[in-house]
Amino acid sequence: MEYEVMVGLEIHAELKTQTKMFCGCRNEFGAKPNTLVCPVCLGMPGTLPVINRTAVEYAVRAGLAMNCRISSFSRMDRKNYFYPDMPKAYQISQYDLPLCRDGYVEIYIDGGWKKIGIERIHLEEDAGKLVHDPGGKGSFIDYNRCGVPLIEIVSRPDISSPEEAGAFLEAVKTILEYIEVSDCKMQEGSLRADVNLSVRRSGEPPGTRTEMKNINSIHAVQRAVRAEAGRQIAVIEGGGRVIQETRRWDDTRGESRPMRSKEEAMDYRYFPEPDLVPLVMDRKWLEEIRKSMPELPASRQKKYMESFGIPAYDAHLITQYKSLADIFEEAAKVCGNPKLVSNWIMTDILRRINEDGNFLTASCLDGQKLGKVMAMLDRGDISPVSAREVLDIIVREGGDPESIADSMGLKVQRDENLIAGAVEEALEQNPKAVADYTSGKEKAFGFLMGRTMAILKGRADPAQVREMLKRRLESLKE
Amino acid sequence: MKDLNLTVSDASRLLRKGEVSSRELTEAALERIQQDNGRINAFVTVCADIALRQADEADRRLRSGEEVSPLCGIPMGIKDNLCTRGVRTTCASRMLENFVPPYNATAVERLLSAGAVLLGKLNMDEFAMGSSSEHSIFGSVRNPWDTSRVAGGSSGGSAAAVAAGLCSFSLGSDTGGSIRQPASFCGVVGLKPTYGLVSRYGLVAFASSLDQVGPITRDVTDCALVLNEIAGHDPRDSTSVGRDTEDYTSGLDRDGMKIRVGLPKEYFETGIDEDVRNSVLKAVSMLEEAGAVSGDVSLPSTDNTIPAYYLISSAEASANLARYDGIRYGYRNPGARDVEELYRMSRGEGFGKEVKRRVLLGTHALSAGYQDKLYSKALKVRRMIAADFAKAFESCDVIAAPVYPTTAFRLGEKTGNPLEMYLGDIFTVGVNLAGLPALTVPCGLDRKGLPVGIQLIGRPFSENLLFMAGRAIERRMGRLKPENSGNMASDAPAEG
Repeated sequence: MEYEVMVGLEIHAELKTQTKMFCGCRNEFGAKPNTLVCPVCLGMPGTLPVINRTAVEYAVRAGLAMNCRISSFSRMDRKNYFYPDMPKAYQISQYDLPLCRDGYVEIYIDGGWKKIGIERIHLEEDAGKLVHDPGGKGSFIDYNRCGVPLIEIVSRPDISSPEEAGAFLEAVKTILEYIEVSDCKMQEGSLRADVNLSVRRSGEPPGTRTEMKNINSIHAVQRAVRAEAGRQIAVIEGGGRVIQETRRWDDTRGESRPMRSKEEAMDYRYFPEPDLVPLVMDRKWLEEIRKSMPELPASRQKKYMESFGIPAYDAHLITQYKSLADIFEEAAKVCGNPKLVSNWIMTDILRRINEDGNFLTASCLDGQKLGKVMAMLDRGDISPVSAREVLDIIVREGGDPESIADSMGLKVQRDENLIAGAVEEALEQNPKAVADYTSGKEKAFGFLMGRTMAILKGRADPAQVREMLKRRLESLKE
Repeated sequence: MKDLNLTVSDASRLLRKGEVSSRELTEAALERIQQDNGRINAFVTVCADIALRQADEADRRLRSGEEVSPLCGIPMGIKDNLCTRGVRTTCASRMLENFVPPYNATAVERLLSAGAVLLGKLNMDEFAMGSSSEHSIFGSVRNPWDTSRVAGGSSGGSAAAVAAGLCSFSLGSDTGGSIRQPASFCGVVGLKPTYGLVSRYGLVAFASSLDQVGPITRDVTDCALVLNEIAGHDPRDSTSVGRDTEDYTSGLDRDGMKIRVGLPKEYFETGIDEDVRNSVLKAVSMLEEAGAVSGDVSLPSTDNTIPAYYLISSAEASANLARYDGIRYGYRNPGARDVEELYRMSRGEGFGKEVKRRVLLGTHALSAGYQDKLYSKALKVRRMIAADFAKAFESCDVIAAPVYPTTAFRLGEKTGNPLEMYLGDIFTVGVNLAGLPALTVPCGLDRKGLPVGIQLIGRPFSENLLFMAGRAIERRMGRLKPENSGNMASDAPAEG
């Protein structure tokens, strides 16, 4: 029996504003516990929230980037529940009037584009963190994260495989990084996802769905989708019924376990937050934000594939980092050969990125410089080996590629006398090979070619050398 | 010995002339508190050291010749749900019995910056939930006019302290009548400002969409003087309104008001004490003498006001009071073995009966399956009530109404019947639901000799007009004073 899997993701992303959502405390990861707090984010009696304009702007940017309608009127609501990391015992969130609605994100999967619907994006505040004493002496609470602005991105159940789930999460992460609203550091918890999943037999109505909370990596999301789909199918195949529940995904065990059933589901008693006035979007402001939006990864990937003829895989990889795509576009413009640049990025630059996670921010390489190196390579002014040497220096120290190549003598030698001299030197040093060649052993040519290039330290155009060596050897035959 | 029990304007005049010092006023007030507070139970915390230090600082400012506020050097009391830095702020609850805020409420901060002197904190119903100031861990506030009677509530301490001359003015808070009703019971002036006019920052929240901070004073002019200091936009309160400041004292003594006064016929129909009705109508005729014309208006949603108010205020309260969980501050039962138990025991023991009743009511009103029938419906009624007022204000400029169906009732008379207590708020809660300003001014005594107040309700931000109308009544009435209130002021109404 064929099953279809329907997955929706709820993605929480912390916004990298300078201050928290409702107070002036700094929004930072890793500070000493309870040093980034004030009466407002601690929910002390009588304190009131005041919304951070930048948090609203960032949420709007996310909405625009994901093709959403931005609500001209929305509001904050209180979501009530008791938990020690929530000092007010309610979270200020959005309920029925979210800031952004009805968008989509395009993912590239199996050689084609697929739209994953975005139901809504809303703004809310993060909670603090409970720290349990490993010695069992009790629990501690760190409120530094309390009040950090978050957006929750809720997709429609348009995802139908673990691969699509991974691609979607990755696409959202890349978009958020492009528009510079979130650090998306999954290991620090600044991006996390809940997975809603149901299965159905083809053609039948959707089955009962379960929810898995707080999954912390793209890989784990894929694993969780695969495992939960398998579990639900097994339940149905075994004659059972899937029950609506919240499950906890354990990535080390690779399985989920029940957390709470529908009957135990929380009643959050949402109601409009009376301490804040409704969010009324100013049209002019919205236009300003719209104008400041960068070109997004999917659009860039399409452009690279269609206009530059770059393979989908390469185009996708290059667009994963905005700064890399920026470098690529600039370099392609300077050099005029986008394919050469993308090939070079796929081999040389990605290797550097893999070796050093901070490469893109820390290195002195930019699009202009890479473009100039690529242009020299494209013209045959330097060899690939030399290009790498020039890049090594630029990455460490910066500088002008032309002058570096010149000062290191890396430019290809075209002086016929010089090459002729090297050919003579090679022939003199290797009489046996010369004899072999003249007696008809064509194989010896390769050896002599290698020797000549070695004498020239590789800094010559191999075609030119080949041509001159051949002419010289043929003359010996006569 | 000089008589130092003065209105704000009289005291301010003497301070400026150098005929009295703030230290003298403050010491005299502290002495009166020592003498009389035991009888009234208005102050729950007296901070004499802080007050004297502030008084000396005020005297220095007064002597320096710098431009100072009329409140500079004037002793005041603050309701105990307004945060005062370094002075405990209890909300008359076991939950916050030892809570010392590290910040001032904005209204308090503005008064302190103006040079007013903080004598201490005033008794109230726990978390401002009540109409009699009997729900307090510190015991009931007693009415200075008759100590067997309540002072009203929830700002009972604020009204009783001013009426008994323990301070020149006080701040209260009004969610459903909590300034106006005790002011009426104690024969003083109280203003519930337009929602958003005074910052709520530092006011311990009861029902955020209804709460407003306001002054309780001996006369209308004082009320305007205090409002001048506390009104205005506060960047820390998103619901506070950005408006140009105005001088609320301007034109108060002008007669010949060409205003239309509306009498809501639903308010005078049934369930109102004869003496209260007659006093209010007599005050309306005083307004007519001053040039006003009066006529009936209708507020058809009046019958639904009480249920809507108790659902909305309790719903908001259930969320606002959820933060008192025993974890970061406030009362905690030390015996709890896990978090669930910590919540249950701390909240169960930290809150009084009335607070628990409202939290339960509010939680129920917001619960899945009930929210549509209760909370959401109440919001609809709220919009109807606001529309009623808006409609009424098409044909009048000020609505004149009773504050409460009766004068001050006896201590314990209604504590056994919460519903009866709630129903008494019929004339005051609509104003909060509609966000309007309303002023209580004394307008007579009933046959038992207890004060009656009239409520003047205005359009949003029409406080100045309310003061003018209130002053017109006050000029004709004279100020009321309790006969047995000990060392009281010579009390001729200050003309001009």
